[in-house]
Parts: sequence; structure tokens; C-alpha cells
Amino acid sequence: MTPSPITAYRHRHLLGIEGRLPHEIEALLDHAESYVGNTRLSDRTDSVLHGGTVINLFFENSTRTRTSFEVAAKRLGADVINMQVATSSVAKGETLIDTAVTLNAMHPDVLVVRHPESGAAALLAQKVNCAVINAGDGAHEHPTQALLDALTIRRHKGHLGGLTVAICGDVMHSRVARSNIHLLTIMGARVRVVGPRPLIPSGIASLGVEVFHDMREGVRDADIVMMLRLQNERMSGNFLPSVREYFRYFGLDRDKLALARPDALIMHPGPMNRGVEIDSDVADDVPRSVIREQVEMGVAVRMAALEILCATLRREQQETP
Amino acid sequence: MGYREPGRVAYVNARLLDPASGLDTRGALLTEGERIVSLASTPFPDGLAADIQVIDCQGACLAPGLIDMRVQLREPGHEHMESMRTAGLAAVAGGVTSMVCLPNTDPPLDDEATLEFVARRARLNGLAKVYCYGACTLGLQGEALAELGIMAEAGAVAFTDGVKAIASAKVMRRVLAYAATFDLLVMQHPEEPSLAGGVMNAGELATRMGLSGIPREAEIILLERDMRLVAMTGGRYHAAHISTSESVEIIRRAKEQGLRVTCDTAPFYFALNEQEVREYRTFAKLSPPLRHETDRQAIVAGLRDGVIDAIASDHSPQDQDTKRQTFHAAAFGAVGLETLLAVSLGLYHTEGLPLLDVLARVTSAPAALLGLEAGRLRAGAKADLVVFDPDRPWQVVASAFLSKSKNTPFDGRPVQGRVLRTVIDGRTVFTPDD
Repeated sequence: MTPSPITAYRHRHLLGIEGRLPHEIEALLDHAESYVGNTRLSDRTDSVLHGGTVINLFFENSTRTRTSFEVAAKRLGADVINMQVATSSVAKGETLIDTAVTLNAMHPDVLVVRHPESGAAALLAQKVNCAVINAGDGAHEHPTQALLDALTIRRHKGHLGGLTVAICGDVMHSRVARSNIHLLTIMGARVRVVGPRPLIPSGIASLGVEVFHDMREGVRDADIVMMLRLQNERMSGNFLPSVREYFRYFGLDRDKLALARPDALIMHPGPMNRGVEIDSDVADDVPRSVIREQVEMGVAVRMAALEILCATLRREQQETP
Repeated sequence: MGYREPGRVAYVNARLLDPASGLDTRGALLTEGERIVSLASTPFPDGLAADIQVIDCQGACLAPGLIDMRVQLREPGHEHMESMRTAGLAAVAGGVTSMVCLPNTDPPLDDEATLEFVARRARLNGLAKVYCYGACTLGLQGEALAELGIMAEAGAVAFTDGVKAIASAKVMRRVLAYAATFDLLVMQHPEEPSLAGGVMNAGELATRMGLSGIPREAEIILLERDMRLVAMTGGRYHAAHISTSESVEIIRRAKEQGLRVTCDTAPFYFALNEQEVREYRTFAKLSPPLRHETDRQAIVAGLRDGVIDAIASDHSPQDQDTKRQTFHAAAFGAVGLETLLAVSLGLYHTEGLPLLDVLARVTSAPAALLGLEAGRLRAGAKADLVVFDPDRPWQVVASAFLSKSKNTPFDGRPVQGRVLRTVIDGRTVFTPDD
């Protein structure tokens, strides 16, 4: 008998994709798949997390991710509390640990954390008894984004192994890129990163990717073209001369897309900067653009992650009298 | 307890080690008052006079007390992290009898009044001797020259802007040239600030962890620039805590060219590598950052072949609030006074350096660099001594540190080399509890 997806992922937290095993990722994706139908029903409230408490703890502005987690938790019957914490420039970490200790005393089941600094979710996980889901920490990881991207790809292509995926743009500052690189390489895809040299971090090839600085070469014969948001607010200096120059060489338009496979999927984690990293015409090219479907899969993946982590937590609690 | 002039003390049954002269022999040492009177390989054939206090070293090593040429005292200004008293207690527990403190106090040591304040406060403690660097520039701002001549008269042993590089080539040129006028030593924190905005060593691990990197080139570029300025001005230059393989080569070439250049490193850079920061361990967040294993090996090689003149602890106390943070937000630095000897002895135990060579890097070499009357075991010298067992194993326990701050990447590390007694000016100021 194959193990249930619920028990295949055995970790207390979901802090990142790096180091996870193929069967753990399969389990999360399989379980998420089972929720895709559910999210399309009109009466779709489940009760597996009835009585549970999920706290969305966001130290960074995010409407999309927070809403996605909120919808996912509510559809499982959990109570959801949203906490938007203003981050001043001073003592961010102090706020983080203090807040963690305070929230922990309220005995939530899951803390969903978004923080502008790498390692913040892991630091918080050390201070609490509940499960922690990393909803993005600095330039480190954003595991549920990679999972929802993988689920989207899998539904279209049937598999992940063997596909050629081009991740394009600001890889340097992107946690989405890192989580996707880990997940896709673990699952046997061929991953390329494409971008101007100042936005490609040193040593990235050691993560098992091919590096391209020419977008045309990078997307040639790709099965998936995954665009990254150009995060201007993250840049400490001027990495690039101008938006129009960036778009000319690294923006995804029909011209460059023509070099990818004819059935290539276009993906973007959102929110898009139309005319910066992606042409509107391409972004709205249904059925090749699956950007809206990514959002839909986000809810399913987060439902699966929430349920699996809660189940693990409850098993632990039963085992320790 | 009032000050009492120590009488005559005989340290018998010791292994006498004097790195400067190469002395390594069984014997005894006699002190009278604050000074060493004699060393003898056949101890006192006429017997010992009745008024002499005898200390049996039981075969342990007796060496000059350690000179730690890079310590941040935090007093005045940040006494919640460290004070002269707690730093002094930590120093003597580590066998350190002289420490040279950086000018990055608050207010900074950039005039004779603050230097004299520190000197007076340190004397009151009667623990490890405190020497000071003066600031190169006013307020450590890297712009206007400080009064180097007057500060040197007030006791500043050398000049530096501490943990900040003198970034402007124009200012560095003037500092070196002006200091050379009085033959004063300038110590640089060799790191190009415009490349050093990150939080750990740049490279694959930083990319994996999503942390901003400080490339090795930040150190390399500033050292290469400074070598040109030293050649141009004829200044005396010391590079602090070098951390990369290229840095060793730059200093080697400069010495071969006859430039008056020296350097030190800290135990972190020959005992640890960047893997220590995994799991976002902020206690391993250091400046310069821990580098790649190949750099660590090059630093060991630089110590072995003598390019690296000295080892300093780079003692940087930080309290819990500044370290219990996300990696990005946490402060740089680690304490080091209490682990300086034991971690440095790792060079002897595991890297094959001769014991005297290791000791020279923490005694006679820094003394010679800074012109201190210390670091020698010879008749007439001040009786600043350490008795230690180089082989005795122990485990570093940060919570047991006497330093007010406990931030060390060595917590839990098994080490060899235990301080058994620390003597300053003929008086025993430390013996371990166990």
C-alpha cells in the first residue's frame, strides 16, 4: 500500500524546498491536486481544520499571498487571524522574536510568516511550538510558490522530470527563483537561469542550473518560461540603467517567446510589471500564459500544506501524552 | 584589597618558553617585585632563600603573557556589552597580560583626553594592561586627520580607525604620510566599504541562503591600493585580520619589495570557514566574514611560513539583543580573549606549527610591532607571565565566560591548552577554579 500523502511529509514546518526529497514533494503535490476540484465547488468548506487557528504574520506588504493563505485556511474550516506588522528600520529581529513568543502563548496551530530578511522563518520556528510555513523570507525561499508552480506545470505537462525550464530576470533578489530551482532540480527538470550579469548571483551554477546572459539563448526550446518580477524596491543601488533597456534585452515579448517550444507555458509569480519584464500581449496569451491558473493552484497547494502540517502536529501531540 | 609590592617568587619545575630567543628548556624563573630577575635551567643550586615564595609549575609551560593586539573594550560608551573590568577578567583568564584596544569607543579615542581617561580607568582595575590605538581621523569619520603626534605622546601605540576602513585614497595617503613623519604605525581594517554591504562571504553558500555577500575582492582591492600608497609615502602599515589567500600573497610581495608592512589574523580565520554561518548562526557573523575553506588553509600556510606576523583575538563583545536577530539585522563580531590561546594552539596540535612559532604570534611579534616592553622572558623584563598546559583538553562553554558578552562561534568546541596561572608585574592575577 502506498503511504497517504498526509503522512509522507514528515517535517514539523515548511520552511523551504532545499533538501526535501522527491517523494515529499510528490506527496504535497498529490494532496494539493485533490483540492483543485474542491476549490471549484460552490459549497467548498471542509472541516478538517475545524477549531484550528492559523495566524498570518506578515512583516512585508503582500495582498496576494496573504489572501491565498487566508482563503485556503478558511476553506479547511480554520479560524484565521491576519497580523500585518509594520517594520521600522530598527530592531526588526527583536520585533520578530518578541512577536513569536507572544503569538506562541496563544497556541496557534500554524504560523504563516512573510519577512523581508532571509532566515527569519527559520529563526521564528525555533521559538514556537506550532507549525511554521515560510511565506517568503528575504531572498531565501518561498516554498508554497514553487509548489504551486510545480502543480501548474504538472497539470499541463503531466510530469516535471525532463522538462526544460527557463527562469528569467532578477534571480539575485528572488526567493521564488531559489525555491523553484531547488524543486525543479530535485524533480529532475533541466533548469536554466537567464538574466543580466548583475542580477545573477555568484555560485548559482552550483545549484545545478545552466546560466544564460542572452535571453534568446536562454529560452530557446524551453518547455516553460518562468518570468520573475523585477523588484526595484529590493535594489540597494542601480543594477540596471533603465526600464526600456531591460525590456529590450530581457523582457518577454512575442519575438523572444518564438524561440521557445511552440507549446511552452508562460508563468509569472505576480504581481506583474507589464512592459518591464513581460509584454501585456504575452501575459494575456491564453492558453499559453498560465499566470491566472498559478493563482488558483496557490489556494490548493496552501490547503494541502496546512492540512499536512496540522496532521503531523496532531500526531505528535497524541504520541506525547 | 590594597596594592602590595610582590616579593620574590620562584617558578620552579617549568618548561620555559621564550619565542623571541627560541628558548625552550626545563628550568626555573625568579621574579622580584615587578620584574624577572633570572632564568635558570638548573634551578638555584644554592637552594632558595626562606623569603622566596615557590610556585611549582609541575612541568607546565611558562611563557611571556599573551599580547592581544586587537580588542574592543566597549568602555566608555557601551558598558552593557563589556567593561574594562570584565574585559580584564576575561583577558587574564585567557593568559592575556596586555591588550591593545581599538578607538571605537563612545566617545572615540581621537584625542589625548579620552586616551588618558582609558589609561587611568585601566590602571584602577589592576588586571591585564591596557594599551590604546588612537584614531587616524577625527570621530573615526575617515576625513580629517586626528592629532597623531600628541596622541602618541599621550600613549597611543599605533593608529587606526578601528573596524572602519579608511576608504578614501586621498585621506589614506595623508594619514600614511603624516604618520611616517613621526614613524608611527597605521593599522587598516582592509575592506573596501562600497563592496562590503553584505553580511557574509559572497559565493555559493550566500546565494543558497539568500544572504547578500561580501566578496573577497573587498579585502583584496583595498590591500592592493594600500600597498601602492605605502610605497608612495614610505609609511608603516599593518593590515588587520586578513582573511583571504590573495591577502597573504599581497603582504608577501610587499615584504619582498621591502615595504614596511605587517599583518595579523584572528583565530576565526584559521580555525573556521563560512560553513559556520549555516542555519543563520549569527554568532558566526564576523567582519571580515568567514571565508571559504581554501582561504582558511591559505591563512594557516601564511602563519606557517611567517607572512602573517601576529594573531589577535579581535575581541568584539555584542549583547544578546544585537545577536538574537535575523542574520541580516544582527551585529558583526565575536568575543575572543578567553579562547585566543587554546584556539591558536590548534595550529600546533593539528596544523603542525612549532609551539614557539605559535606563541611568538601572540607575544613577541605584537610587542615588537607596537613597541611594547612585553612579550619576552628575560632578566630585567616585566614579569608578565602565563603558565599553561598545552595539551590539557577542555570544552569551550560560552556561558562560563567572564566576558560580559558571550557571543562566540567556538561554543562547544573541544580545544587543547589550559591556562593555569596568569601573572602581571610579578603578581598572580588568575588561577582557574578547577
